[in-house]
Amino acid sequence: YLIDHAAFRSRCCIIVSRAQYSTVYDHNEKVMKTCKKMGIKTVAVHSDVDANAVHVKMADEAVCVGPAPTSKSYLNMDAIMNAIRQTGAQAVHPGYGFLSENKEFAKRLAAEGVSFIGPDTHAIQAMGDKIESKLIAKAAKVNTIPGFDGVVKDADEAVRIANEIGYPVMIKASAGGGGKGMRIAWNDEETREGFRFSSQEAASSFGDDRLLIEKFIDNPRHIEIQVLADKHGNALWLNERECSIQRRNQKVVEEAPSTFLDPETRRAMGEQAVSLAKAVNYSSAGTVEFLVDSRKNFYFLEMNTRLQVEHPITECITGLDLVQQMIRIAKGFPLQHTQAEIPINGWAIESRVYAEDPYKSFGLPSIGRLSQYQEPLNLHNVRVDSGIEEGSDISIYYDPMISKLVTYGATRAEALKKMEDALDNYVIRGVTHNIPLLREIIVHPRFISGDISTKFLPEVYPEGFKGHQLTATGRKELLATAASLFVAAQLRAQKFLGDLRVSNTQQERRSWELCVELEKGVHMLGVSRSGATYTVEIDGDKLEVSSDWNLASPLLTVTLNGIHRTLQCLSRNAAGEISLQYLGTTFKLRVLSKLAAALSVHMPEKVPEDTSSILRSPMPGTVVAVSVKAGDTVAEGQEICVIEAMKMQNSMTAAKTAKVRSVHCKPGETVGEGDLLVELE
Amino acid sequence: MAALAAVRRCRVLLHGAVKSSFRGSPSQPRSYSAGRLSVQERIERKRQAALVGGGQKRIDAQHGRGKLTARERVALLLDPDSFVEYDAFVEHRCSDFGMEADHNKFPGDSVVTGQGRINGRLVYVFSQDFTVFGGSLSGAHAQKICKIMDQAMLVGAPVIGLNDSGGARIQEGVESLAGYADIFLRNVMASGVVPQISLIMGPCAGGAVYSPALTDFTFMVKDTSYLFITGPDVVKSVTNEDVTQEELGGAKTHTAVSGVAHKAFENDIDALLNLREFFNFLPLSNKDPSPVTECHDPSDRLVPGLDTLVPLESTKAYDMLDVIHSIVDERDFFEIMPNYAKNIVVGFARMNGRTVGIVGNQPKVASGESKAPIRYQHLISKLYYCCLDINSSVKGARFVRFCDAFNVPIITFVDVPGFLPGTAQEYGGIIRHGAKLLYAFAEATVPKITIITRKAYGGAYDVMSSKHLRGDVNYAWPSAEVAVMGAKGAVQIIFRGKNNQADAEAEYVEKFANPFPAAVRGFVDDIVVPSTTRRRICRDLEVLATKKQTNPWKKHANVPL
Repeated sequence: YLIDHAAFRSRCCIIVSRAQYSTVYDHNEKVMKTCKKMGIKTVAVHSDVDANAVHVKMADEAVCVGPAPTSKSYLNMDAIMNAIRQTGAQAVHPGYGFLSENKEFAKRLAAEGVSFIGPDTHAIQAMGDKIESKLIAKAAKVNTIPGFDGVVKDADEAVRIANEIGYPVMIKASAGGGGKGMRIAWNDEETREGFRFSSQEAASSFGDDRLLIEKFIDNPRHIEIQVLADKHGNALWLNERECSIQRRNQKVVEEAPSTFLDPETRRAMGEQAVSLAKAVNYSSAGTVEFLVDSRKNFYFLEMNTRLQVEHPITECITGLDLVQQMIRIAKGFPLQHTQAEIPINGWAIESRVYAEDPYKSFGLPSIGRLSQYQEPLNLHNVRVDSGIEEGSDISIYYDPMISKLVTYGATRAEALKKMEDALDNYVIRGVTHNIPLLREIIVHPRFISGDISTKFLPEVYPEGFKGHQLTATGRKELLATAASLFVAAQLRAQKFLGDLRVSNTQQERRSWELCVELEKGVHMLGVSRSGATYTVEIDGDKLEVSSDWNLASPLLTVTLNGIHRTLQCLSRNAAGEISLQYLGTTFKLRVLSKLAAALSVHMPEKVPEDTSSILRSPMPGTVVAVSVKAGDTVAEGQEICVIEAMKMQNSMTAAKTAKVRSVHCKPGETVGEGDLLVELE
Repeated sequence: MAALAAVRRCRVLLHGAVKSSFRGSPSQPRSYSAGRLSVQERIERKRQAALVGGGQKRIDAQHGRGKLTARERVALLLDPDSFVEYDAFVEHRCSDFGMEADHNKFPGDSVVTGQGRINGRLVYVFSQDFTVFGGSLSGAHAQKICKIMDQAMLVGAPVIGLNDSGGARIQEGVESLAGYADIFLRNVMASGVVPQISLIMGPCAGGAVYSPALTDFTFMVKDTSYLFITGPDVVKSVTNEDVTQEELGGAKTHTAVSGVAHKAFENDIDALLNLREFFNFLPLSNKDPSPVTECHDPSDRLVPGLDTLVPLESTKAYDMLDVIHSIVDERDFFEIMPNYAKNIVVGFARMNGRTVGIVGNQPKVASGESKAPIRYQHLISKLYYCCLDINSSVKGARFVRFCDAFNVPIITFVDVPGFLPGTAQEYGGIIRHGAKLLYAFAEATVPKITIITRKAYGGAYDVMSSKHLRGDVNYAWPSAEVAVMGAKGAVQIIFRGKNNQADAEAEYVEKFANPFPAAVRGFVDDIVVPSTTRRRICRDLEVLATKKQTNPWKKHANVPL
């Protein structure tokens, strides 16, 4: 960084606008690290609730720009402009989302003489508008999606356009990035519904309610090209990122390079991406997204004029620091590299770790306080970019991303193995997270063979994600670990230090007969101990389990018949209930002595609540609309109310046809996960 | 199917296990002259009879109610093969109403008593046997209980009572009443000498309720246990109230409304296993130090999450349980009365292996009438969160006195804006009840460590184990505010009639809403970084382990009851 260092010593200050992933997740830390390396002072802006966020602590200065709702803080241009004046910042790095692609903001910065670390207004404007961007792409000889059409004014027009294109069609906000507000309609009715939701979301998230309807390509892959362009007309493509593993059109697992592209396709895509960048005089880092069909035909989707969440995997395989490149470009330096100097070195995988429940539609937001949090940084070739730490609150206000977990290896297999280890060693307590899903995706045969598409999740888990399905061996490993852990805890409970006035006359036990319940199965186990090794007998098989049996550590590293595994003990109580995270998924076990197990047949069954007539909120959020009142008759599947959480609107429907007994929520109210919304008769 | 078979298999095995653990005599009977049962045989026969209590039919009925038998409970509670039974041959002495008939005599009568071990440590146990005359209390029954209580006090070991009794043995009349009184007296004599624990596992009505009430801890089993002075029928005839047993004296009522019970468990097994865990926290007697167990949690562990836990706005709530869980060993906190007076949190935990009692104000929960905690309370700002009120004062006081009696160090987390105002509280006697907590903290001579996390206002500051009440180590977090009252109220008094309230408030906040006024006077020993709190407490406890302090001689103190 020698040259850069000298160039930026000039007390340049950077305001980093809070990223989209706010409390939960942020690249801003990444930007700040790079700035620090380059000798640039940083200023963080934050909302009320983020005053203690990591990016605020890392910055040299911090300015509060308003209360929690994004429209009053991170989207509040006046407040941010004030912060810039107040601190004398000379440049702004917009992070991702929020104002990063807002042309108004870029204009106002230009008017104040503050540089915007990113492309200029013209490019943002051209690429920020889905319709215009496609026209430009077409002109630049970039492949575009067939059946493309224009702006929509009302639901009827939406239906007419959809019919012109032919179903299925995709509806989304013109101004929205990624999959935000995107809905797919297969018929007129769905088009109307999609129109209503998308326009509401467009208005609330982007302050711009224009919509876009276009042909939906079935079974596509999502592959994007990273480009880098300077202010001197030079542009490079930094290879691709495969982002096909998505849920609700948001990326979950990404990798670079893609298993699917051959060098010719890669070059063709790269060259089209570069020509598009040049067509709009693009400068800075940008991403050109393509849909790629099974015959390797690719279609331009959109261009993101900002640094994307998944940029680290490109950095891993190319060795470039994209933030540093952006700052250089903003200062007017020409590119350092030529296309021939851009390598593909090894393989990088990124998993997006979200605070959400993967068992509900592959991920519904959850909230809470991170009571324990430990990143797997003890492992080599693992990088974790996060904006949170132990004790952070994950609130309902922003996207639920906890971190992006990147692993790197010389080969894909190596990177994937590393990802398994990293996920197993990642300690997150206090919020529900999607590690179970991530851990399953990366070991799925289809994923390993590279046979993926954006429909991977619904195709692989048509009934919804159910967690890891135990094999016979896995079951035994889990049972043996739980039983050994139980015995280790029992033994420790007898270890009183200091002088016992009444001495313990009992012999230390060497063997135990235990009964372990797992997924409704009951297993009789024999356990015997020799030192820290337990021999567990299950159905005639013997497993040797050894560990240091540290009962305070959230990680439980065991050797099972010589195989090394990292499990996590999530909870353990006096009644023998043990929750173990094994291969990503949490399993509930109950370990009882033979005596207690035998007697438990007499214990009364507690009657669970009838859930079909009760509608509970599946996640914390705000009630946006309530469509029924007490006394109404609702049909099965009819919308009862809409809950908004983390900028997503979720329609809650009736589980059966019945009369509404009572309504327990009203619009505008905040509800928690499991809160009663509506009771049916 | 496999599961069922497995369970059935171990059922069979169990019978063998239980029998062998209670058999004490040699198996070869000596033969005596023909025509007469040998003594050996009679011993064996009586022992066998004692093991089955009221007989298989009644045992099945007991199981049918979702309850275990007296002996099954003892077997689960104690370490395997550790139970030593007393008085298996005792029989009732009633000769009225046909009670003298042989078929009305049961060896051991309606209670199983003895001693045994829990994780190797000595404990005395009685377990009432509902299969024999509904567990009713005869003179002999009471005598058996008194015997083990007397011995427990002589030896210095806790007493655990497993209550499952229909009440007095009516056929015995006053003898039964005398029996109750004998037990009550011993409960009182043992109070503060050895820990006494009651686990209510069935009915417990009438005078019988006062034995659990006199013990240190009363636990209940959900759905199958009841505690009341008079049952629903009597209530109906006297006050014309329609009430079910569950509503009147079930586990929910006593753990959430009356505060009679300290915790409830799902079923018999859950309760007994939890009781074993709980027992590990307790010293054996008032002559024993707080127990120390092997600990894997480093005593110098930092807790970074605490540095950001207390919200910047002083009216915003946070969860004191988050503080407690992250500071104590292995997040293991045995909360006492978790559903009653939730605005104060009390319970046992360990610090570097040593049992401590934790008392903490709970900013998440409103004081007074509000019971159900609303989710998202952190979004609402309310003035009276975590105030001390009548119930929380009494709850805290009783817990502090237990800890003091049994040498358990007390760690107090303070965030209290004062005592709860209002007629309900004043008429209810908040002055009298609040004094109990003050009294308890002041009289306690065990190591006392106090951490002011945020507010410590007014009299409530004094009460919560302050330096002035002989707190050994008192810390303030940087977020602490020790003052007579909050800024708004104070400014209205100090600057009455003046216009610029906002400026005055700012001045007050600048002066008082921080730990300095207390720190410069030495009322807190140090202002500590929250993440170092665990390390500090562990170190202090090490030092304070040899603390010796005595109160002036008195016959007994006069706590404001």
